[in-house]
Amino acid sequence: MKLTVASSPHIRGNFRTSRIMMDVVLALLPALVVGCWVLGIRSLWVALVCVASALASEALFCLILRRRNTVIDGSAAVTGLLLAMTLPNTAPYWLCIAGSVFAIVLTKMLCGGLGQNVFNPALAARAFMLLIWPVGMTRYAGIDAVTSATPLHHMVMPELPGESLLDMFLGNCPGSIGEISALALLLGGAYLVWRKVISARTPVAYLGTVAVLTLIFHKTGAPIQWMLYSLFSGGVMLGAIFMATDYSTSPATPMGQIVYGIGCGALTVLFRYFGLFPEGVTYAILLMNAFVWLIDRHTAPRRFGTKKGGAAQ
Amino acid sequence: MKHLFFGGVHPKYNKEMSTGVTEFKTITPRQVVIPMQQHIGAPCTPLVKVGDKVKWGQKIGDGEGLCVPVHASVSGTVIAIEKRPHPTLGTVLAVVIENDYQDTAITSALPETDEDILHAIREAGIVGMGGAAFPGNAKALAAMGNVDVLIANACECEPYITADDSLLRTEPEHVLEGMMILEKILHPKRVVLAVEDNKKEAIEKIYAISAQYPQIEIRILPTRYPQGAEKQLIQSVTGREVLPGKLPVSVGCAVFNVSTFAAIYRAVRLGMPLTQRIVTISGEAIAKPQNFIVRIGTPFHDLVEAAGGLNDKTERVISGGPMMGMAQSDLSVPVIKATNSILCLLKDKNGAAENPVCLRCGKCVNACPMLLQPLYLYRYVNAKRLDQLEKLNLMDCMECGCCSFTCPGKLPLVETFRIGKKMLKEAKAK
Repeated sequence: MKLTVASSPHIRGNFRTSRIMMDVVLALLPALVVGCWVLGIRSLWVALVCVASALASEALFCLILRRRNTVIDGSAAVTGLLLAMTLPNTAPYWLCIAGSVFAIVLTKMLCGGLGQNVFNPALAARAFMLLIWPVGMTRYAGIDAVTSATPLHHMVMPELPGESLLDMFLGNCPGSIGEISALALLLGGAYLVWRKVISARTPVAYLGTVAVLTLIFHKTGAPIQWMLYSLFSGGVMLGAIFMATDYSTSPATPMGQIVYGIGCGALTVLFRYFGLFPEGVTYAILLMNAFVWLIDRHTAPRRFGTKKGGAAQ
Repeated sequence: MKHLFFGGVHPKYNKEMSTGVTEFKTITPRQVVIPMQQHIGAPCTPLVKVGDKVKWGQKIGDGEGLCVPVHASVSGTVIAIEKRPHPTLGTVLAVVIENDYQDTAITSALPETDEDILHAIREAGIVGMGGAAFPGNAKALAAMGNVDVLIANACECEPYITADDSLLRTEPEHVLEGMMILEKILHPKRVVLAVEDNKKEAIEKIYAISAQYPQIEIRILPTRYPQGAEKQLIQSVTGREVLPGKLPVSVGCAVFNVSTFAAIYRAVRLGMPLTQRIVTISGEAIAKPQNFIVRIGTPFHDLVEAAGGLNDKTERVISGGPMMGMAQSDLSVPVIKATNSILCLLKDKNGAAENPVCLRCGKCVNACPMLLQPLYLYRYVNAKRLDQLEKLNLMDCMECGCCSFTCPGKLPLVETFRIGKKMLKEAKAK
């Protein structure tokens, strides 16, 4: 009998990359279902086109460069789905494909693949799409399939949107496919925390910062409503729960995750208030992506044994 | 329950595999191989020569400095003194004794004064039996006048192993008596028996006799690996942190494994040197997992045979636990004083990843009990950035395996850190 001599540990946990990616997909499903229900079935086709083209571009990239095929780790599917969640369900399919290819090839694979990319692939692709085809990216179909302004457009005025807070929370309003229902996204987030895929630190810090800042710097006479509308509208929920927790592009230290969440939240409010577009989540997170290594470096845990009062009394 | 130390992981414990057999068979090997080094410190020099008749308990090797003697674990004839495979140190000079099955034993006189007791602990060859094998008398001597907390470690946090658990279920009084012996020498303010809450029967047995030992505080800790690591245990019991590179005595603590306390009891009260111990043989690849009372020096294959033999698909045999144990290539290696388990494992179905890369998920940072950042250490070892390894305290890594265990990319983190530590040591030596 040939015995293997290998380094300890000799057992591993059942945590694996593909399982994590599957969990993220599952966590996104409630939001996708609401998107299809409220905005129409075209939402599903947009999602499928994005996922399929993301998977295909990673497979082709590996094939052309004669690399080991990494599609089975599932991360490309997550990127495609996340991208779809940020799009209006009216987005032309060619744009969806272009965005997915940009996300996978330019932002992820050319940076070294999974875990190596600096910028969130889905958000980088969204920023790119906004730049080359702003019309296709900002035409939102309302519930009655007529182009209409999203709640966020009202808030630029500034005025409180016509939708009730409950409708906003449930997702009964126009908007991007995966962004309209705060409830569905929170459910997904709770699932990811329960499955230990993400920690609640970044989302809580992010949403908390947005809440505090919009409460203090409210633009209408009703600060609490203003804060809640700010949290429920646009991409804040999706960004805080699913984008800012992307492993590759967020800090790995516990303290760093809090700092990063606060930074994302502050920039989101800043861009919303003073930016060109009504929404600021995409650029807030992309900008914070650039600081991840710096944040990690300065939020390293203290050395074991250096606690005050650690010595014998 | 609140985590009392940082990080850690929850592996599948599989303790019940080896606790079913409650009668511990004693293994009586045909030959024993007694390595001259079974402790941290200087090796022993053989005191016998080939052809000598030895008795069970007779001292057959001793040395100077930080060293404790070794004893014959059977009576019989010395048939060889040569280098033999050792479970953790490659090959080591060993005395091989042919068992005459007479068990003619010698015991020593019982000590009375503190000094005599420390001497008796040394003469009995007692080392830390949890795995580190630090000479027991040296630890006790260093602790004299310097500690206010004496801790008995019954956490046994490694999966599969139930040797300490078995000891507590069968002979809890030996452990508590052993604790009282050191209590009388060290005069600590607290004497704590720390046990993880997954050892229900052992805890019951301890409580059944604990009324006779009012000084001993029984501390039930939440089960979480590596609760039984010395620094983590001290942190859980006292809140103090031992700076890496320093000894527990630097924060006023002394920690001994429960098996060590039982050995101290037998040495001091019964005059018996350390010649046998409880060893768990377990894992999916062994037919009848159980605990045995094993003479030191018994070859692994004798235990494997007594436990019904190995599965054909056995992938590795480990001395120690699955998280920190050493994989063996040769089953003629003997059980030594610190061998608490022989683990026979099949191929780990969680062993390989689809895409073995770092996701930066940060699970390793959360799991590290020493507050390190394994993901960056891994990068810097591969990039040979010694300055960064120094800055990020690579040497603080105790190789507990939590980072590797939790890594979804299944990266060889601990393995890489060993290489990194070696690089740092070599750079220092230059």
